[in-house]
Amino acid sequence: MYGALWRALPGPVWVRLLLVLVLVAAVVFALFTWVFPLVQELVPVPDVTVEE
Amino acid sequence: MATTGERRSARRDRTKKRRRITFLGVFGELSITAGALIFLFLFWQLWFNDIVVRAEQNSAAESLSESFIEAAQEGPATEPTEPADPAAPPIGQTAGDAERFGVLTIPRFGDDYQAEIAGGITRARTLNTIGIGHYLTTQAPGEVGNFAVAGHRTTYGKPLNQIANLRVGDAIVVQTAEGWYTYRFRTLEYVTPSAADVLNPVPQADGVEATDRLITLTSCSPMYSAAERIIAYGVFESFTPITDPAPASLELPEGDG
Repeated sequence: MYGALWRALPGPVWVRLLLVLVLVAAVVFALFTWVFPLVQELVPVPDVTVEE
Repeated sequence: MATTGERRSARRDRTKKRRRITFLGVFGELSITAGALIFLFLFWQLWFNDIVVRAEQNSAAESLSESFIEAAQEGPATEPTEPADPAAPPIGQTAGDAERFGVLTIPRFGDDYQAEIAGGITRARTLNTIGIGHYLTTQAPGEVGNFAVAGHRTTYGKPLNQIANLRVGDAIVVQTAEGWYTYRFRTLEYVTPSAADVLNPVPQADGVEATDRLITLTSCSPMYSAAERIIAYGVFESFTPITDPAPASLELPEGDG
């Protein structure tokens, strides 16, 4: 899967490495900005209040 | 000795083998990806996002604090509630659900630590989105009784993360439109989640008439767990009107750190 992606990228090795870094950075940015805040709502967080 | 043709065909075979995409191969790569994503999420939730949200909450609280001071300079918009006892501080104005009305400053928590206080203790509307939440059934800052608030100890900017680091006598300052209410930290306590009597005007006493002005902070304990609650109590010390210079209690005493 990732091997196929690597071969699909154009150019010499250093260009491909650069492209991979850009792709990974874009994915991480998207996760941090949009995906993780939504996931956080689904993850249980300890209650901080007292109640009967 | 292999001929050129044989060598070429051997290389072709290897390439072909490497390029074949198998179900197991894809499944393995997806599993590794899923593992990496979970670690990335934990990194984001427990470290990265807290730093970002903490900074946002600090600056939001700072601008709210400044807006109180500016509003007072332009003239009092709301008449402070006159206390019956002239020596008593005016009673701070609290607000309804998810409405911001105050700023919490605890110098022990760091130089730039400030958090907004809003009414209500719902996670969705106050604790996750604003910071500190006021138990609406409890008293107001400066009022005889108990001003009780809650806040996250982990995640969502973790405003009460360092609650267990408080030392006796540490300042807990609540600023409202009226001014600064300085409380002094007195004691920590660990209780069960159902111990709602820590919110009483006299904590843990029923039907006793309050004479002291207290602040109560509640958060989760142990960290990352909902098994118990950590409770910090403070006792009212002094009131500084909003038109006066900010009190010295907003900074840690020199040599204390």
